[in-house]
Amino acid sequence: MALKLSPIPKLVLKRLAIGVLTLIVVSAVIFWAVELLPGSIATEVLGQSATPETIAAFNAQFGLNDPPLWRYVTWLGNAVQGDFGQSLVTRRPITDLIGDRAFNTFFLAAYAALIAVPMSILLGLIAALYRGSLLDRWISSSTLAVISFPEFFVAYILILIFAVQLGWFPSLAGVTPAMSLGERLYVSFLPALTMVLIVTAHMMRMTRAAIVNLLALPYIEMAELKGMKRWWVIAIHALPNAVAPIVTVVALNLAYLIVGVVLVEVVFVYPGLGQLLVDSVAKRDMPVVQAACLIFAATYILLNLVADVIGILSNPRLLHPR
Amino acid sequence: MTNWLFHLRGAPLSARIGLALIVIYAILALFAPLIAPYGESEVAGAAYQPWIAPYYLGTDALGRDVMSRLIYGARNTVGLALITTCLAFLIGAALGLLAATVGGWVDTALSRLIDVLMAIPSLIFALLILTITGASATALVLVIAALDSTRVFRLSRAVAQGILTMDYIEVARMRGEGLGWIIRREILPNASAPLIAEFGLRFCFVFLFISALSFLGLGLQPPTADWGSMVRESARLISFANFATWQTATFGLAPLLPATAIAILTVAVNLVVDWVLHLSSGLKD
Repeated sequence: MALKLSPIPKLVLKRLAIGVLTLIVVSAVIFWAVELLPGSIATEVLGQSATPETIAAFNAQFGLNDPPLWRYVTWLGNAVQGDFGQSLVTRRPITDLIGDRAFNTFFLAAYAALIAVPMSILLGLIAALYRGSLLDRWISSSTLAVISFPEFFVAYILILIFAVQLGWFPSLAGVTPAMSLGERLYVSFLPALTMVLIVTAHMMRMTRAAIVNLLALPYIEMAELKGMKRWWVIAIHALPNAVAPIVTVVALNLAYLIVGVVLVEVVFVYPGLGQLLVDSVAKRDMPVVQAACLIFAATYILLNLVADVIGILSNPRLLHPR
Repeated sequence: MTNWLFHLRGAPLSARIGLALIVIYAILALFAPLIAPYGESEVAGAAYQPWIAPYYLGTDALGRDVMSRLIYGARNTVGLALITTCLAFLIGAALGLLAATVGGWVDTALSRLIDVLMAIPSLIFALLILTITGASATALVLVIAALDSTRVFRLSRAVAQGILTMDYIEVARMRGEGLGWIIRREILPNASAPLIAEFGLRFCFVFLFISALSFLGLGLQPPTADWGSMVRESARLISFANFATWQTATFGLAPLLPATAIAILTVAVNLVVDWVLHLSSGLKD
């Protein structure tokens, strides 16, 4: 009997393997999507009037003569080591372009997450506990409204109120590397608040749904019938079972934050990765687009992976196998 | 259809408001040339006119009538979102129902493909593809429809799998009915309620997605009137909003008009979807 192993390591390993496989496949999709380009990258950048000599020189400079599979392997190998090659438009190393911007983007996402996660879990708990009350209905309808709004609508309303009317915060979040942490937090408050509002709405609704589902289960009713205090029931019986769904909700929304940051950065002219991505798409600067897409996609996949692994680890049914 | 009309009488106030708003949008979109006082990209007067007759919502930087452009925007933005959603449903539901019914390696192959597509955030994927194809209405519709069909695929496959365990499916199979019959006559009618609700939600998503891409300058291209690009074009005016006088206030509100138009329609569709979901769940038990 003692040999009966817990299924957890196997499940986690399996999920990790799937995650790594997904990362590889997605990087291949990002790389080969470009190969579908009608014509070659050289004619795309140099224009139709380029001479064969300039095209050959261009192909040699960017290593476009190698077989595609070899280029993919070297591209991925270099990308893992932080080298994304050269921008087609500025001819500068992409790593220089991305470095500060990636930091800014993750800073903004973390800033928003630190406010949004505790707030939405608390609000979700309250709404679930007092479901059907006026407070719950008010929270539910206002979050539904926020979800229905486009990100830029929320952003412009905030700008109108806090930047233009009250003048408390700047409407453009032009952070620079020289800024202190305090200045940074102040300047990027409005973009962070925009993301907090949008993400909180999603997260709170999902938390509420998860808790409401739990509270309908027989063992919760049993605990209430034997006279336990409401909050005590939640802490002892409901929360351990709610960890997995809540963590999944949080990680899903963090993944959303990383991607949703693109629009918010453009509205507030925040110098982040999303802004760079949108600019590069307009200029059709493929290597930069690929690099940015790879970073965004990898973060998204990793966060989803973390959510699933924590979900497995915190599942009481798996932790105490019969 | 009469069934739906019957339920409409018992619809809650929120659903009625939602439906009324959708009807107003539909009328504006269908009869745009008759309702709009000026043409879609017609220069109607001087730039930045205040909100007084004959420009009830002012004019933009090029002197085009904002109200006319908003009305034409309903046609372009909503129309495009509708086409995209229909296409996404056609692809997604057909493949999803097929995968569930046929099963075996077809199901496995399709499901794995969808898993990979869904692992990439859709905005990022759309930006990647639009870099390659260039921004145009056709590219926009195809890209978003393809990305969105993955969600429809998941749902319709799951719903169909539930239905496939029913006895009447087995009866149909034993009767010797073909694949097409089983999908169209047995599964589809029983899967319609969740699919209709999903259609509403998908429409909202696609609509916001198109608006977002247009706002980023990668969606519909000027001079087409489109709400997302209208927000983009007038965005910087918001810093001049000044509520001291009526005229300066309206000036700064310019970017909020198209954004509000987007927001109201999504809220309206959500209200109706909530009601449909409630209705379909209530009818089952």
